[in-house]
Amino acid sequence: MSPARSRWRELLSRYGITLAFGVLVAVLAVLSERFLATSNLLNVLRQIAVNALLAFGMTTVILGGGIDLSVGSILAMSGALSAGLAVAGWPPGLAMLAALGAGALMGLFNGFFVAYARIAPFIATLGGLTILRGATLVYTDGRPITGLPEAFYVLGNGSLLGVPIPVWVMLAFLALTHALLRYTALGRMIYAMGGNEEAARLSGIPIVQVRLFTYGFSGLAAALGALVLTGRLNSAQPTAGSGFELDAIAAVVVGGTSLQGGRGGVTGTFLGAAIIGVLNNGMNLLDVSAFYQQIVKGGVILGALLIDRLVASRKE
Amino acid sequence: MFTRGWIVVALVSLALPAGAKDTVGLSVSTLNNPFFVTLRDGAKAAAGKAGLELVVLDAQDKADKQVSDLEDLIQRKVKVILVNPTDAAAVVPAIQAANHAGIPVITVDRGASGGKVAFHIASDNVAGGKLAGELACKLLGGKGKMVELEGIPGSSAARDRGKGFNDAVKSRCAGVAVVARQTANFDRAQGLSVMENVLQAQPAIDAVFAHNDEMALGALQAIKSSGRKIKVIGFDATDDAVKAVNACEMAATVAQQPAEMGRLGVEKAAAIVKGAKPGEKTEFIPVALKLVTGAGCK
Repeated sequence: MSPARSRWRELLSRYGITLAFGVLVAVLAVLSERFLATSNLLNVLRQIAVNALLAFGMTTVILGGGIDLSVGSILAMSGALSAGLAVAGWPPGLAMLAALGAGALMGLFNGFFVAYARIAPFIATLGGLTILRGATLVYTDGRPITGLPEAFYVLGNGSLLGVPIPVWVMLAFLALTHALLRYTALGRMIYAMGGNEEAARLSGIPIVQVRLFTYGFSGLAAALGALVLTGRLNSAQPTAGSGFELDAIAAVVVGGTSLQGGRGGVTGTFLGAAIIGVLNNGMNLLDVSAFYQQIVKGGVILGALLIDRLVASRKE
Repeated sequence: MFTRGWIVVALVSLALPAGAKDTVGLSVSTLNNPFFVTLRDGAKAAAGKAGLELVVLDAQDKADKQVSDLEDLIQRKVKVILVNPTDAAAVVPAIQAANHAGIPVITVDRGASGGKVAFHIASDNVAGGKLAGELACKLLGGKGKMVELEGIPGSSAARDRGKGFNDAVKSRCAGVAVVARQTANFDRAQGLSVMENVLQAQPAIDAVFAHNDEMALGALQAIKSSGRKIKVIGFDATDDAVKAVNACEMAATVAQQPAEMGRLGVEKAAAIVKGAKPGEKTEFIPVALKLVTGAGCK
């Protein structure tokens, strides 16, 4: 391949998503005069916050070569726990911290089956998805938990300096995850494990512990998303989070992280989540039927996977 | 590469010309249920007559999607928001946001547990549940075993229909016992599987009351497969249910008027757009109900 063409491929793989995002924003700005309003853009950021939080955790797992299908159920269970404890009289801050801890524990529960018992991540986390959804239904008795203290409402609906609080939470967690993945030894180990597990093991990386960490981290991210969602809905819904794992994976994939592992990052995931959020918002503003919205969303995901395949095959 | 091109083509082809009509937003809980499809159609027809543009967003029974839908409607600066909540509590923050933005809110078919709502247009679900309970009493001759299939826990419809039904049975039919009470979330497939399980668990059942026709029809299928003789009472009088009642498969259904609800919602919205000021308290506008039974069934 000529140097010019391979340079194009390199640029595409690094800036392709940013370019796609820019084009999408430009098109929507032309089609709907309300799209670029500050309030709308803030809306979009607030609407993608929960998915983005889950997707950051999912990115970590996928980079390590795994996948986590249970994040939706972990979200539901953590949300229900935080609400249940708060309503039972715990101080809201403590209830939220407890939910975060529970989320991490549930993630570790998944991680145990994947890392120690060596069960395929897809199957292990599918089991986690079902068990935890059932546990949520048992804990909530199938009913939403309402009557939450003010703190939850503020978390989900409040603003700081004009920016919604969920957006601050999302950006803070993005910074944390990015720093973890790019600037720590642990982060490098995750990439190595995902890129080539055998080589990583042979070079002394503690595969089992690193793997366990990625799943625990994903559970923590899901619990954080749960707190934001519970605040936004001012209630803990027993059916919360259904299907969220697929939306999280979509954001990760559209953002350029490879499903094989070892390639990608959370800044790409953030753009991926933003693209999907902007698409949803734009289609709502343009009054596109919800059924067509699904088709467009699926099309975008497939397109992103195709591009990833093209880029990856050149790198071999 | 063609992803971007695809997006551009799709969106350009959907570009709407700017209209001079006032816009009213309708956030439906799900269009997967014929009841709400009829409601939407009634609203659309009324909007056409009133010269309003109606934007319909489908929340697919997801509370978080409904919140996003409402935020987007606020963003579109619609004149009035009609909302059919998926969950009475979850929708409250979004209604409060609409209140903040100065957009009047009307709830349709299901209520919200907070926020400022100008009108609440719904069937008197308690009265409907009572009709069903009294009929069950009559059909069972005052004694027997019943099963109740509940709607989405937390929705006002499920709560009110259950209340009406159980109060009627308790007060009029001491001999009728409700031996099983499970939720099937207003969904046909869930009605089927829940009824199958209940049929396994309960050796003797005389009648079933389901909070909506979708669940009743699902339960009916399970009952047909089991070969047992059980009377089924539904709620909504959707086309499939009315067919079943006329064929003597279902005992009865309580007819709501979803098209009427949609129509009334849009009419009230049109009045507000023309300048009518909604009152301080929520005005409840009940929509009449009636029992649909099969003529000539034994």
